[in-house]
Amino acid sequence: MKGLLTSALIALIFLLLALNEQCLHAGTGPDYGDTIIVGSIGDASILIPMLATDATSHEIAGLIFNGLVKYDGDLNLVGDLAKGWEISEDGLVITFHLRRGVKWGDGVEFTSADCLFGFNLITDPKTPTAYAGDFKEVEKAEAPDPYTFRVRYKEPFAPALSSWGNLVVLPKHILEGKDITKTDFGRHPVGLGPYRLKEWKTQERIVLEFNPTYFEGRPYLDRYVMRIIPDPATMFLELKSGGLDWMGLNPIQYKRQTNTRFFRENFKKYRYLSFSYTYLGYNLRDPLFKDRRVRQAISYAIDKEEIVRGVLLGLGVPATGPYKPDAWYYNPNVRRYPYDPERARALLKEAGWADHDGDGWLDKAGRRFTFTVITNQGNALRDRTAQIIQWRLKQVGIEMKIRTIEWTAFINDFIDKRRFQAVILGWTLGQDPDIYDIWHSSKTGPKELNFIGYKNPEVDRLLIEGRHTFDREKRKRIYWRIQEILAEDQPYTFLYVPMSLPIIHKRFRGIEPAPAGISYNFIRWWVPKNEQKYIMP
Amino acid sequence: MEIITFIAKKLLWLIPTFFGITVISFTVMHLAPGEPMALQANFNPKMTPEMRERLRRAYGLDKPLYVQYARWLKGLVTFDLGRSFSPDRRPVWDKIKERLPVTLLINCLSMLLIIVVSVPLGVAAAVRHNSPFDHITTVLVYLGYAAPSFWLALLAMILFGIKLEWLPISGLHSLMGYSSMSTMEKVMDWARHLVLPVTVSAVGGLAGLSRYMKSSMLEVLRQDYILTARAKGLPENRVIYKHALRNALLPLITILGLSVPGLIGGSVIFESLFAIPGVGQLMWSSVMARDYPVLMGNLVIVAVLTLLGNLLADIGYALADPRVRKGIEGEQ
Repeated sequence: MKGLLTSALIALIFLLLALNEQCLHAGTGPDYGDTIIVGSIGDASILIPMLATDATSHEIAGLIFNGLVKYDGDLNLVGDLAKGWEISEDGLVITFHLRRGVKWGDGVEFTSADCLFGFNLITDPKTPTAYAGDFKEVEKAEAPDPYTFRVRYKEPFAPALSSWGNLVVLPKHILEGKDITKTDFGRHPVGLGPYRLKEWKTQERIVLEFNPTYFEGRPYLDRYVMRIIPDPATMFLELKSGGLDWMGLNPIQYKRQTNTRFFRENFKKYRYLSFSYTYLGYNLRDPLFKDRRVRQAISYAIDKEEIVRGVLLGLGVPATGPYKPDAWYYNPNVRRYPYDPERARALLKEAGWADHDGDGWLDKAGRRFTFTVITNQGNALRDRTAQIIQWRLKQVGIEMKIRTIEWTAFINDFIDKRRFQAVILGWTLGQDPDIYDIWHSSKTGPKELNFIGYKNPEVDRLLIEGRHTFDREKRKRIYWRIQEILAEDQPYTFLYVPMSLPIIHKRFRGIEPAPAGISYNFIRWWVPKNEQKYIMP
Repeated sequence: MEIITFIAKKLLWLIPTFFGITVISFTVMHLAPGEPMALQANFNPKMTPEMRERLRRAYGLDKPLYVQYARWLKGLVTFDLGRSFSPDRRPVWDKIKERLPVTLLINCLSMLLIIVVSVPLGVAAAVRHNSPFDHITTVLVYLGYAAPSFWLALLAMILFGIKLEWLPISGLHSLMGYSSMSTMEKVMDWARHLVLPVTVSAVGGLAGLSRYMKSSMLEVLRQDYILTARAKGLPENRVIYKHALRNALLPLITILGLSVPGLIGGSVIFESLFAIPGVGQLMWSSVMARDYPVLMGNLVIVAVLTLLGNLLADIGYALADPRVRKGIEGEQ
């Protein structure tokens, strides 16, 4: 009897639990309310997108301002403040049709005058912006009526469309006639995005509050609070003590330190390929690396899988070229360089490098194969990568020395002056496949980004063609070919694409990882009423 | 009267010293490789060479160094420290001002804690010289001195913040509900947040001051007048605390004077660990970004305080120690 009662009771409890679950999910849809507390290592510097150069500023400004266009979860350009746009037959003119009735924080309506104002500001020589480059291609910008904005380019420019993000939309009625470097607008911005700045305590926290009149409907979460915690260890402890809802983990934290019951019950971990890759780049002016076979041999001698396992604890993938594997322009069929020391030795032998004197190191004309790789100080992942490569290259008879240098000196005295043999560095990728600045032979000048001195006429031609082509299929073919050539040439040994590893409190719903990451649909994240943690008066 | 000329003389000396400091700082700062735009401009594909030149001109970096210095000096004379080179272009004084109070508060509290603990500790160790108490405290304070403070801080955070849940881990006050607290609750909230940073930063300072106190006390205890006091039949307590301690405290004045600049110096490590928005972090980030105006602004304040601290120590000596006063009079 007693047993029966107990099992009935248990069944009842299960039923109730199930019902409860039902209520949670089948309720009346997402609830409003609650706050998300995000940890950040650095503070924002200024909340005017065209003047900001750091990630945190752009992250916050991205919630306060909107652009004409934006990227969706699958990296397609979609309308934002522009309902739609037309590109003329010759690809020279883009006409944006703007949304009506969008209001700035102070109630004034947003019009094409604001776009024109922002454009004039970013191209004004007196504006200290780092982003004027894309807009120099514009021949003329005009606002024929309040809801139309038209730009004419000197020649077709495919990355053009994406440049009309949130860099150039600023409230003309507030900023006109003011010196943008001296206003306090950057500390107290007035935007039209999903959130408004409520409080900014330097190096402490930034508090955003929802915009009730946001044109896409108000965001579900009432508040976004960014806490600035410069030390990663402290940030992790804060997360553990319940003081944070969202932070980025490093591979060790992701793999080893967040498997406790506490984390399983309270948090959910996400992972997706980040927009970046790490590479070993060769100074192609150095006689050692002029021979393509030598570069290929080094690529064969390095076990990239092993680096991903050892350095990223498996949380990443080997890179095969300058793009991340889930982008639409990524070519999966390029030549690959699996770990193959025999092949490496054979290629080196072809190039004249062999161990003639029997000391264990390769030599050619009496000179040992030895070079120095430099990398910037303070990046433990790159340090470890360098050590693994050093060990692998030693096995094929190449001596590699490692030197780490403080960032500014690294750039100024070594990269800019071309005083290096090889580097281990990483590139952050944009959403557009254009990589003209890194690979075109015209970009090898001082301070320019093709610092390894890569020159390939076919790549040059393709890069220009890719910039002038709007059709996605055609562009894809162009960038596929570039990836093939780069894979053959190996001007870099492409090492790995790491993953972004955010951890977010379980109460947040609606998070959908996509190629663009997770934050693209942030305004649609929500917390069920009964789980909301920060109830505001 | 003598004391006034003494102070005036000292003050006059401060002026050339101060300018010497600024000239040296300014030069050394510019010797470091890299330029302020480096962080904004390096490796940014959208950055054109013209833009770079434009920024250099905007910052006045295209002018020769002495012109830049003269310009900075001109600003200083009118109490204008210029504007930061970081993208926000805020006035330097604004940036320093918003951080000074926190740093001052924490460093003063920590200094106070160090004095309150190490003076009695030093005296006790001197009185019980070579006793087990002396040895044990010596070992303990040296352990505190030798242990890396960031490590101690992390251990304390784990113990008190996570295992015991007694204290908050970082920040200056609670994030949520702070604005609705009463004044008393706010003070308590701050106090709870400050316990860890103040205590941990004091631990490393105990060794120095308590050992200094001890040796100074030992020195004094050997003096004839202590023997006299004891011979007079004064109670031991009175001998120690009235006669000996007052004299032993004299060297402390110098130490305190010298630690005045440290009060605003702040510590990058502590501020980063405990997420405290203080001067140390500002200084550190301005060094890394080659933000010359902010850096110079900070250096000026530290220089002025160091000089003032020295001056105060000198004056303090003159006031406290008749021998020094006599010395001044002797010079006249």
